[in-house]
This record gives sequence, C-alpha cells and structure tokens, in this order.
Amino acid sequence: MPSLYDTFKLRAEAVSAEVHRVETREKALEFILDFLRTENVADARQSRAVWVKGSLLDGIDGARFTERIPGLTFDVTVDAAEASKVGISQMEWAIANTGTLVTDAAPVERRLASALPAIHVAVVPTDALEPDMAAVFTRIHPRQSGYISMITGPSRTADIERVLTIGVHGPSRLVIVFVDELGRN
Amino acid sequence: MSTAFKESIHTAVNNANLTGALGRFSEAYRTGRAKAYEGIDFEELRGRIAEVKGYAAAHLDELATIFTRSAEARGAKVFRTKDPKAVNRYVETVARENGVKSVVKSKSMASEEIHLNAHLEKAGLKVSETDLGEWIVQLAGEHPSHMVMPAIHMTKEQVADVFSKEVNERLAADIPALVKRARAELRTKFLDAEMGISGANIAVAETGSIVIITNEGNARLVTSLPKTHVVIVGVEKLVAHFEDALPILTALPRSATAQLLTSYVSIITGPSPNPDGSLKNLHIVLMDNHRTDMSNDPAFKEALQCIRCASCLNVCPVFRLVGGHVFGKTYTGGIGTILTAWFDELKKSEEIQGLCIQCGNCVDVCPGKVPIPDMILELRRRLAKEQGTSLKEKAAFTIVNNRRLFHTMLRAASTVQKPFAKDGFIRHLPMFLSDLCEFRSLPAVAEVPFRDKFLKIEQPRSQRKVAFYAGCLIDFAYPETGEAVVKVLNKAGLEVIFPEEQTCCGAPARFSGAYETAAGNATSNIDALLKDDVEYVVSAVPPARSR
Repeated sequence: MPSLYDTFKLRAEAVSAEVHRVETREKALEFILDFLRTENVADARQSRAVWVKGSLLDGIDGARFTERIPGLTFDVTVDAAEASKVGISQMEWAIANTGTLVTDAAPVERRLASALPAIHVAVVPTDALEPDMAAVFTRIHPRQSGYISMITGPSRTADIERVLTIGVHGPSRLVIVFVDELGRN
Repeated sequence: MSTAFKESIHTAVNNANLTGALGRFSEAYRTGRAKAYEGIDFEELRGRIAEVKGYAAAHLDELATIFTRSAEARGAKVFRTKDPKAVNRYVETVARENGVKSVVKSKSMASEEIHLNAHLEKAGLKVSETDLGEWIVQLAGEHPSHMVMPAIHMTKEQVADVFSKEVNERLAADIPALVKRARAELRTKFLDAEMGISGANIAVAETGSIVIITNEGNARLVTSLPKTHVVIVGVEKLVAHFEDALPILTALPRSATAQLLTSYVSIITGPSPNPDGSLKNLHIVLMDNHRTDMSNDPAFKEALQCIRCASCLNVCPVFRLVGGHVFGKTYTGGIGTILTAWFDELKKSEEIQGLCIQCGNCVDVCPGKVPIPDMILELRRRLAKEQGTSLKEKAAFTIVNNRRLFHTMLRAASTVQKPFAKDGFIRHLPMFLSDLCEFRSLPAVAEVPFRDKFLKIEQPRSQRKVAFYAGCLIDFAYPETGEAVVKVLNKAGLEVIFPEEQTCCGAPARFSGAYETAAGNATSNIDALLKDDVEYVVSAVPPARSR
C-alpha cells in the first residue's frame, strides 16, 4: 500500500503541482528562503512576496526573513498581494486521493495570498493528510468556517480550443511543502 | 421545421471548427472520463446522487425554508422568488443601494436563464463575465454553446480577433499569450468592481452554505474582492445536508471534464471578512422559475436531479455534429431541451426536441440518473397534443423532416470526416440511424419486398407453426434476412406463417410523439399475428431501445 503522502504526491503532480517534503520546521524555513531567492523576490512591483503567518512561524521573529528578503511582507493586503510574485500560506488539511489542499479561508489574507500572486507556496503539516474528502469533511464543517477553500493544482483553463493552459485568474504554480514536524492541527 | 432552424443546423454541420473541436473533445472525453472514474462504483455513486437530489426535488419548499433560516442566521440576506423578473430587479436594487458601478461575474447559468446581464447593463452598470469562455462569448456578442465549455465553437484566431478589438491592439492567435492577456485585463476589473455575482453548484439547506467549483480561480476573486456578493442559484441546487455535497463533488468534475477534482472548490457560509476588515454584504437569491412546477410533474421531476455536468452533451452523437447554438441561448443538448421547455416555454422546445434520436447514450453516463430520452418523448407527445394537428400527418411530417436532417448530417459528416475517419465515427453513424427505426434508416428499398418473396418459398409442412413479424425493415429493405429466418426455422422443424395484415411497428409514430398512432399500429399487429393458431411469434427486427 502506498502511503498517503505517496498517493498525494502522485495525484498532485498529475495536475501540475510541485510537491516537496521536509522533516523539520527549520528545514521548511530554509526551503522557503531558498525558493524566494531563486525566484528573485525583490522590492519591486510584481517581484514581492506576501506570507500569511501560520504555525510554521510560531515563536519566530519575522524580521529574520524580511531583513534577508527585501520585498517580503507579513502584512497581507490586496495591494501587497497584487504586487507579489509569491504568496505563502499554510493549509490545514490535505486529501491524498485527489491531491487536494484544504483550508479555513475565512481570514481573507489566506485567500489573497493563494489567489493573487503568480506562485502559491503552501505549507502543510504531513500529519494533516487524510485519505479522501469524506475524511476531511469530518474535520472541517461550515459550522466552524464561513469560507472553506479547496485547492487542487494551479489555476487552469481549456476554454480556447480545448488546449490546457495553466494560470488564468489564480496562480500558475502551486508549490506544496509538507513538514513532518508540524504535527496535527 | 422553420427555415431559421434548418439554416442554423446547416451552418453548424458545415462549420469544420465546431465539428472538429467537438469530435476531438468527445473522443478524449470518453477515455478521460473512464480513467477519472477508475476505482469508483459509478452505479452506486449515481444512486446516491439520485437519492439526495430526488429527495431535494420532492421537498423544494421545505429545503428552501431551511436554507433561508440557516443562511440568515449566519448573516446572509436571502431572497426567494418564483418570478425571474423579480430576480433582475432585486439585483439591480442591491447594486443601487451599494453605489455599484461595475460588476464581475463568475459563471451562473441561472443568471443567463433570466438575461440578467442585459438587465443590469440597461440600468447603466458595467458587467464583466470572468470565466474565460464566458468572457469570450460576451465580448463576441454571442451565447455559450456548451454548459461547461462556452466558447468551444470558436478558434484561437477568432478569439484573438475578439480580444484585439477589446484591447485596441493586434494580438496573435497564440493561446498561452491570449490567456495571459485575459488575466491582466480581467484582473483590473476584479480589483475595481464593487459587486461580484456568482452562481452555485450546490446549496446546503442545513448550513445555509453555497458550494462553487471552478478551474480558473475566478470565483475566489469574485467572492473575495468586491464588498458585495450576490449569489443566484436555482432551487434545484439545494441538498438537505452538508454530507450530501460529497457524491456531487465526486461526480461533477469527473463527469464534466474528466478531472478528479476541479482546481478550486469554495464552500461559503454567511459573510466572511472583506480585505478592508468589513464584513461581506452577502445576498443569496433562491430562484424558482418553474422548478417547483417541474417537481410536481411526475414525468419531469427527475430532471431536477441534473447536476449540470453536461456529460449528456459530450456523448450525444447529434450534439457532436451540430454543437450548442442550434439548441438556443442558455441550456444545450438533451437536458437543455428539457430545461428550455420548462424554464422558457414548451413551444421553444418544438424544433430542438426533434434532434434527439433516442440512442440512449446519455442515460448510460448521467450521474443524476435523469431519463433524458423518455422526457424528450414526453415533450413530443405534449407538443403533438397541444398543436392539435392530425396525428398521422404530424408523424409523417416529422419523419420527412428528420430524414432530410439526417441526410444533411451524413453529407456534412463525409465532408469533414478527417477527424472522424480514424475513430470509426462514419462507420457508426448509419448504425445509430438504423438503431432508431426502419423509417429513418437509409438502406435502399428492395426491388421485391419480403411479403412477395415469401409466397414463393416452399416450406416443409409441420404441425408446429410460428408467425413471423418482419417489420418494414426486413419487409422492404432486407428481404434476404427474412428468407434466412424462414430457412432457420424450417430446419428447426417449424412452419412459418406470414400474416399479410401486419404493419409498421409504430416506432416512427412513437418517436414523433404520436402515441395514439403508435398504439393503433400495435393493435393491428397483435390482431394480425394472433389470428392463426401459432406456437410463437418470431421477429428479427432489432428493437430501437429495449423498454
């Protein structure tokens, strides 16, 4: 039997998501910093980055990153997200058999960071993997969240001549980072 | 058949772009869909959907009341109405009260059904569709030709022309570049709009939630950026419980586009915060527009189990040739014919119902278990009744017309056969025609009919006798089949009797809605076949559809 992670990776990559896995929080932070550098995030329009704080950043001083990456902000507004190339947010659950991420998106900055920039980096606790949607439905319910968001791969369309084109209104890249050390929500 | 309708069919079947795109898609769809359903018991799944949606259809008023209570408890405003005009007025009022100048829309079939855009534009509002395909047809001044793929009838060159006009700049017919440009153009509209209008794929009564699925991500922006969000949803989208959304979310993407899940699913319950910290001004319009009438009609209530995946279009051999525009402005294909008859008016379905050839492909794939061909026959019956023309005449009329239509299709299919030649579509076309019934198939009429040939067959006498029903097909087109049947039966020690008074099986009349004529045919045949003392009645006519 393949693990939930293996199934997730297979399904998510089949819909053009990029899937990574690290053991510790420290390694996840390093991965993100490297990623922002590789993508040339800088203090210029369309080159910035927004980061919605999640448990990965608990007890960590954000200045440690904003000092090293000019153009990165934790203050996620429409303007900041619209001027950003990269949006980083944490997702609480993942569905293995469809390669889907699920979050309580009632806090609007979670939607802005995952909808407006060209690249969305999603941080997910590895333990948050569930086999299917039915299992996730037992963990999140409209009673607890006014806006549940599910994301499966980057934004796509086939509206012109049935040719699959990635990146319409949402991100053209979805980079998923599973973190073993983050534990269950 | 009106000249305009005939012309629209002619234009469609001679549009190589359209037939090419639809042909390529329907082939890819078959394999893609099968793969998407791997490991899933489709019969069990659609049984659950039919149960959930069937329950909702039988309790529309109750669920709408529960939905209203739940959604209002969470802070949404709910407006219920039977009148489509009242929906338009309500949305206009909400726009005025909130100083709205521009509106962004994600897909809502319900709003297209009531021509909301035209109404709002007349009131001075700027309305932009944001689903790429919907935006393309909006800019082109056209209507969607497919429920899931609105612009499938257009080429990239045509799209480039339409976009070029919009942005006042000559754009190349390069799909990724066109998509990128559309993103940039529409992004500004998202950021400027004061109101977002969306549809909903599911409305959950117990929680007051609406569920929206998209691939492009436009619905997330429509529901997040503008301060006012208006949802327009037909009451048939209601389900009782949150868990009831599961089978629909499992089937809809698989059946619609052969995806395991669309890129985005949003489940919205009450107002969430706007980017400036205020709460969303959330309005939900529960629109009836004859859905309750439909639920009260035993012959049509199951149509409310439709989840709008459009798989019935994707497997329809006629849709594949004529595309969506022939069907009218909003709903297309077999299910579209039914919805148009109810949401618009019965008369509007008069011409398009004749396109259904009763092949039953849609029945095999429908995730809502909607008996589309049966409902179309019922439409025919009601239309025939309503028009009060002589039924016999009516039946003859329809056959001639349809036969001409199928000739046109055949001719067109042979001129654009390149995309189809490989997959054997040409080979299949006469087959589905002959599936239908003898009158509409296209074999040459035999020189000597079976009834004459039979008289010359010398049979060994036997005590055991059977009556042979030939049907028009064997009698007039394939008499050699009849001769072979007699030979086989003789070998089995049976003597064959051919009752001369036997007549047409009644299928042409039945398929044309002339049920009484069909019943007359049946009575004549039963009388003729049972006149002699026979052990069995044998027929070799392939039944059109087993019922």
